[in-house]
Amino acid sequence: MSAGEPPINSSEIRRLTPVLGPGHTFGSVTDKISSIVLTRPTSVGWYVGFLITFSFTALLTIAMGWLFTKGVGIWGINIPVGWGFAIVNFVWWIGIGHAGTLISAILFLLNQKWRTSINRFAEAMTLFAVACAGIFPLIHTGRPWMSFYMFPYPSTMGIWPQFRSPLIWDVFAVSTYGTVSLIFWFVGLIPDLATLRDRALTKPKQIIYGMLALGWRGSVRHWHRYQSAYLLLAGLATPLVLSVHTVVSFDFAVAIVPGWHTTIFPPYFVAGAIYSGFAMVLSIAIPLRKAYGLEDFITMRHLDNMAKVMLATGLIVAYGYFFEFFMSIYSGNKFDLYLVEQRIHGPYSHFYYALILCNILTPQLLWFYKIRHNVLILFLMSLVINTGMWLERFVIVVISLTRDFTPSAWGRYQPTFWDWATFTGTIGFFVMLLFLFVRVLPAISIAEMRELVAETAEAD
Amino acid sequence: MDEQLQSEHDDDRPGIDVHLKDLSSIDRPLDLATVRAKLRSKTGKQYWRTLEELAGDPSFEELLQREFPRQAPSEWDESVDRRDFLKLMGASLALAGLSGCGRVPEQYLVPYVKQPDGMVLSEPLFFATAMTFGADAIGLLVESHEGRPTKIEGNPDHPSSLGASNIFAQASILNLYDPDRAQTVTKAGEIQTWSQFIDAAQAMAAALRSTRGDGLRILTGIISSPLVAAQLEAVLTLYPLAKWHQWEPAVGDGPREGGKLAFGRYVNTVCRPEKAEVILSLDSDFLASGPGNVRYMREFYRRRKLNQSADRAGNEMNRLYVVEPTPSVTGSSADHRLPLRYSEIEPFARALAAKLGLGGSGKLSPATEKWLDGVVKDLKKYPGRTLVVAGEQQPAEVHALVHAINAALGNVGTTLYYTDPVEAHPVNHLESLGELCTDIDAGKVSTLLIVGVNPVYTAPHDFDFASKLRFDEKLKTKKIETVIHISQHFDETSQYCDWHVAESHYLEAWGDARAFDGTVTVVQPLIAPLYRTHSVHEVLAAFTDKPGLSAYDGLRARLKAENPATDFEAWWRKTLNDGVVAGTALPPASVSLQFNPASLPPLKPSSSDELEFLFRPDPSVYDGRFANNGWLQELPKPVTKLTWDNAALVSPKTAEKLNLSYTIPSRGGEHGQVLSDVIDIALSGSKVTAAAWILPGQAEGVVVLPLGYGRKNAGYTGTNKGFDAYVVRSSKTLWASPAPISVIRKTGDSYPLACTQYHFNMEGRHILVTANLDEYRKNPNFVNDRAEPPREDDTLYNGRAEFPYERNKWAMSIDLNSCNGCNACVVACQAENNIAVVGKDQVMRGREMHWIRVDRYYTNTESSTSGKSTGDPSQYQPALENPEAFFQPVPCQQCENAPCEQVCPVGATVHSAEGLNDMVYQRCIGTRYCSNNCPYKVRRFNFLRFQDWETPQFKLMRNPEVTVRSRGVMEKCNYCVQRIDKARIAADKKNQPVADGAILTACQQACPSEAIIFGNANDPNSRVAKLRAQLRNYSILPELNTRPRTTYLAAVRNPNPELENA
Amino acid sequence: MERRSHIYGVLAEFATPEELIHAVEKARADGYRRMDAYTPFPVEGLARAMGLKRNMVPFITLLGGLAGGLGGFGFQYWAAAISYPQNIGGRPLNSWPAFIPVTFELTVLGASLCAVFGMLALNRLPQPHHPVFNVSRFAHASSDRFYLCIEARDPKFHIAETARFLQGLHPHHVSEVTDD
Repeated sequence: MSAGEPPINSSEIRRLTPVLGPGHTFGSVTDKISSIVLTRPTSVGWYVGFLITFSFTALLTIAMGWLFTKGVGIWGINIPVGWGFAIVNFVWWIGIGHAGTLISAILFLLNQKWRTSINRFAEAMTLFAVACAGIFPLIHTGRPWMSFYMFPYPSTMGIWPQFRSPLIWDVFAVSTYGTVSLIFWFVGLIPDLATLRDRALTKPKQIIYGMLALGWRGSVRHWHRYQSAYLLLAGLATPLVLSVHTVVSFDFAVAIVPGWHTTIFPPYFVAGAIYSGFAMVLSIAIPLRKAYGLEDFITMRHLDNMAKVMLATGLIVAYGYFFEFFMSIYSGNKFDLYLVEQRIHGPYSHFYYALILCNILTPQLLWFYKIRHNVLILFLMSLVINTGMWLERFVIVVISLTRDFTPSAWGRYQPTFWDWATFTGTIGFFVMLLFLFVRVLPAISIAEMRELVAETAEAD
Repeated sequence: MDEQLQSEHDDDRPGIDVHLKDLSSIDRPLDLATVRAKLRSKTGKQYWRTLEELAGDPSFEELLQREFPRQAPSEWDESVDRRDFLKLMGASLALAGLSGCGRVPEQYLVPYVKQPDGMVLSEPLFFATAMTFGADAIGLLVESHEGRPTKIEGNPDHPSSLGASNIFAQASILNLYDPDRAQTVTKAGEIQTWSQFIDAAQAMAAALRSTRGDGLRILTGIISSPLVAAQLEAVLTLYPLAKWHQWEPAVGDGPREGGKLAFGRYVNTVCRPEKAEVILSLDSDFLASGPGNVRYMREFYRRRKLNQSADRAGNEMNRLYVVEPTPSVTGSSADHRLPLRYSEIEPFARALAAKLGLGGSGKLSPATEKWLDGVVKDLKKYPGRTLVVAGEQQPAEVHALVHAINAALGNVGTTLYYTDPVEAHPVNHLESLGELCTDIDAGKVSTLLIVGVNPVYTAPHDFDFASKLRFDEKLKTKKIETVIHISQHFDETSQYCDWHVAESHYLEAWGDARAFDGTVTVVQPLIAPLYRTHSVHEVLAAFTDKPGLSAYDGLRARLKAENPATDFEAWWRKTLNDGVVAGTALPPASVSLQFNPASLPPLKPSSSDELEFLFRPDPSVYDGRFANNGWLQELPKPVTKLTWDNAALVSPKTAEKLNLSYTIPSRGGEHGQVLSDVIDIALSGSKVTAAAWILPGQAEGVVVLPLGYGRKNAGYTGTNKGFDAYVVRSSKTLWASPAPISVIRKTGDSYPLACTQYHFNMEGRHILVTANLDEYRKNPNFVNDRAEPPREDDTLYNGRAEFPYERNKWAMSIDLNSCNGCNACVVACQAENNIAVVGKDQVMRGREMHWIRVDRYYTNTESSTSGKSTGDPSQYQPALENPEAFFQPVPCQQCENAPCEQVCPVGATVHSAEGLNDMVYQRCIGTRYCSNNCPYKVRRFNFLRFQDWETPQFKLMRNPEVTVRSRGVMEKCNYCVQRIDKARIAADKKNQPVADGAILTACQQACPSEAIIFGNANDPNSRVAKLRAQLRNYSILPELNTRPRTTYLAAVRNPNPELENA
Repeated sequence: MERRSHIYGVLAEFATPEELIHAVEKARADGYRRMDAYTPFPVEGLARAMGLKRNMVPFITLLGGLAGGLGGFGFQYWAAAISYPQNIGGRPLNSWPAFIPVTFELTVLGASLCAVFGMLALNRLPQPHHPVFNVSRFAHASSDRFYLCIEARDPKFHIAETARFLQGLHPHHVSEVTDD
């Protein structure tokens, strides 16, 4: 029972903060949601936002053009810090990409009804985040045009990739994750596409949505197989989503670099991923419900639940930080000890303190009912936590490399303009995709909302 | 060209003869008609070769000269049609690209046929030659691919090399291909032909002869070439009133005058460090600079090798005491090092002489006194088996004292002997240059011939040499009618000279040279001049009655006269082949000491609160002559690890007084960049602005200003790097300039210095292991007692070795006892493996490409395993005054459990069947994961396209057996796999195992102290296997279980127990 | 008889899922077998009412998973130990623990693809046209209406009888579905 919360029983909470606003029928949810795509005129705000994010996307393309012209030397990386922003951003984006599938899959299996109104755009967010993440492994190599060497194709030389390398595991994990997220998302979309097909007012829309809907007509037999397929996908996506960040953490855990070589990484990377993922869902959901008046569908109960998930995962992450320290000290390994010391006193210590502030101290506010129900604070907090998670990756990737085994080779790292351009560029790209998404596809699963209507009807 | 290829294939024939136009005999009128006729007659396949030949034809070159746009086109013969014109220009363009190919001089060159120990001669040919350096010459074997010299090695038969070499010899190949070299004769900046110069010179000669040479002056550096010396003498006899002046900026007159003071005559001292049990160096960097340094290093470190059996017996290991104002390579390997100010060296020497009963006296501080007593006791222990040496920059008195001391210790004839001077016509350089300047001001000089030196840059600033050459505003004229300058670059001096003759590189011209012990070597060229350059010999000849006499003829004539051998040709061939003229080493000269230390005037006490500014040649660019050499510019200086800059080296205490500070920016950090305070230094009426560098171990109150930087006209690489210390160097204070601390002013700015290793604390890790000889005797296994070796079965798998490496198991052993950080290995590696130069900015980002680096650690700094350290010396206060420095060359460790290989996603770095950790550049996509996972950080990445793919000269220079890496791939040391393969193939042909020593890696071959040994660890009799069997053998960070093939022998110092306890 | 060939079936429209389930049960009780129900979302109990059994999708998914997993590990082993054996940092050629992650990923990939495409294939999707689309009101099937279609293929089907039967279930509307 959270502090500061009025003493009332849980059923009452559910009544006070339902997952669906009162008085909705099958028709009304359909109208409300599909109208955003079909009838509602495009607002000025949308155009402004789109243009801004589009210009950042342009910056990204410029940065990549320059990169391909000159080489990765335009970044701040060096010896010993061979990995810089590119990998930090990759891990960060992949982490964000976890919430969507997690919400769709795990909460689905746990039969959490409140997931319904957020899973659609959470999945979209996942796809876009994975797209942003996918950019980095490709462009961060010295010879990006040779990146296909990492895929197992029958080359004339009879050479195959080196499957002991975590980077190869990454290739498979990320591409699998991307594919499964995509089909999962699309399968969920099929009934809604049918809805749009049937309600579209213009011929082109009818044709496009019609083709995408694959001729879905809601036959009970179809629904029968559809449901088992969806259930299976959820069942498969759950271990997958956990495996992806585990594999990403292997990039570090398998290496021998002090500060990387840690068995705690897989769980605490996954927790961190969910943490940042939910933060990102919040930072999208809150403006979205405001802009399109979806307060009835994305209710305070959703925000409250997500806040609680963030609090929980945040505590797991804190535990991870603590145990990193504890194990270094407990093991007495001089390299780890030195690294711990470096994080506290070294040249990058301020990053570490900022990280603790963002990721461990700030979320403690979520213990309070009032905070969890203050939309603005939640929104700001979600941004803070995303920053914190980025800092965590920076601390792990960069600081560990600056102080490894051979003191004579110790160095430091400073990002260049092009590092920042690429990073902010992907953020712009990400948001731009979201803008497009809300314009052309239903941001909330209509079909599942209808189920919800049916159930709430039964409940009453 | 063709003939050469043939000759490479038949082994019986040692020589190759290739015909090419002799460039030195040019005095024919231009005949365009014949040229055209020639061009017409050539068709088909032959075309290029013959056109090239044609292009080599001086008359044709003259034609081209006139066709150059800068010349008036009026001269152009209308009858030549466009076609021919294009052909001609085509030829000149072809020249630009192909200038190197096949242009081998017509004389007989004798490749090295007697196979030196452990060298396999294969496709490339090796020629013996020598590189002169001051009063010394180092004998070399130069590798030549299809007529292009590509790599320089030491000549095992040469006394000053013994097969090893140093950074200057290694890097001189880059000077040959330096695109910024002066490329032709110019007069007032206008291109002239050689024949025009000859005409002008002859005219001058005629005029001078009438005045018996009055007003003719010749300025040279130290001349160690008998040929040139004889020529100069001839010129002087031809013009009795002419004078020969000498100026060598970085070599003091001390050694010279000291000999005169002690023996009443100039002598040359030859040391035999190998024979000495105890060596005392008075500010002498004899292991790294000065005549014979390579030889001395070899000899010295022969006495530092340890093997269990021997050093149990008795004191095999010698002991080195060094007294010096600033840390040097020699000082860093001393068993006892005492930092003293420059001015305190002489009192120290006097006190030493006094203690040996030679009279005189010297005031010393009690601590120093105590130290000296210990040394004296040690010296007396081994009569006739000790050695005392004084530094090149020390004054005559110190050298005289040292001569007396050595005599008193009975070392003359055992650990050192005296000979007649090696340098021709020794004079006091400072006086000589001063005399020249006064004469010029007095208007006594009409013709000045400046040979090879750059006085406008190097002369003391109070001489203001530029004003002697420049147009004088007051006189409304120039002080000297004609100034002729011959040098390899069009430098600071050249721009004030009327004539400039581009000098040939020593690999382009015939000549000879004397080594430190007098041994003469015939310097044979490996390639015809790349540009229209000429040797000193040819220029001097132009002023004699025999212009156009080629150096080759002159040389042979002289040697014929000297050696009335029965069969001169055979003798000549053997001489070229061996690289030494037999029996030319100077015999010991009998000298009588006529010097009494007591007779020395009392010293005026130097106030210790005053600062002492010292001028020293830079360890990398020397006196500035190597300023345009990228390899040397990017070479981390042994002690400071600075590149691309010099800095005012300040002792820690002085830095505190001036409150000098520095910051380490995130860009680059400890492995790249240090932002240092900038200081103004006002000395002897002049001022210079320099970046300050705090140097642990420097004597308090000493500021060292390294010479050789701040060049204004050195070329693309060398211009405007660092600060010019010559600006504040006056003739009165040539080596040391005492001044109050107030002459230093902080400007408040800071300057980024590129430093490749700032963090010098080992953090208590098992990286560089050291012990004292006694500890070692007590516990020979101290190395392994200090670190837990990995357990073989410490593996996730069933532990059976799947890769036994049955046949060859390459391994390298590096003896830290023998390494003094001289860097020869680094440059050798760079030359052998086509390693790119990245420039200061990239070094500051921590991206230098050296495959082997020499780490420098201070061991008696307070180890901070607590981890507080960020490499800030202020944390090591107790040791700052005199830290114990150690050097550790770090190539790829070639781990058997290579962490880099496991993480490479594409298998671009894999293990070979012989245990090499190979890099497959074609497969590498540049994820840099391998570098992150390398605990030793030996991998280097092409972050940008570092290689120069355009400059044709560099294409000629590169080693054809090593891939030239482009952007985006990882690279690293591979034990010179190209050499390994070559030797293995040769052995397989004979169906034999690869003989031990058949493979020398580039670093091993260059190493003067034999610290690096490479070989097959499977062969129990190989040197490397024996070294690995030693108890001192260990690998860096063994707890990581990487099982490196590169192992180290722990450093063992041999301190004097008495001083230890003190 | 020939008129029948043009008739696909009779379509009844209901307002709530409950009515539809009721109707289906009635129809089955009345002996109708060849029928299909169309709903805007999966209606609980409808499948049972229609008498649908377990479907093939899980089995196909299992096959996909097995193929992906076994194929994945097998391929890695073949590539690393047989086709292109290399000494990688002294690790054994068959470093099986290092092959697990990829094996896992390929298992999931194979299973997921089979689940989705298996489902679409069994549903005969994509299928752009279907007779029920000829009924204009059927557009509501993707929004807020529930349909029962008794098909002409049903032996008990008779256009008038069946229409009357459906009327008896008090639908919103009954319409005839023609093939074209």
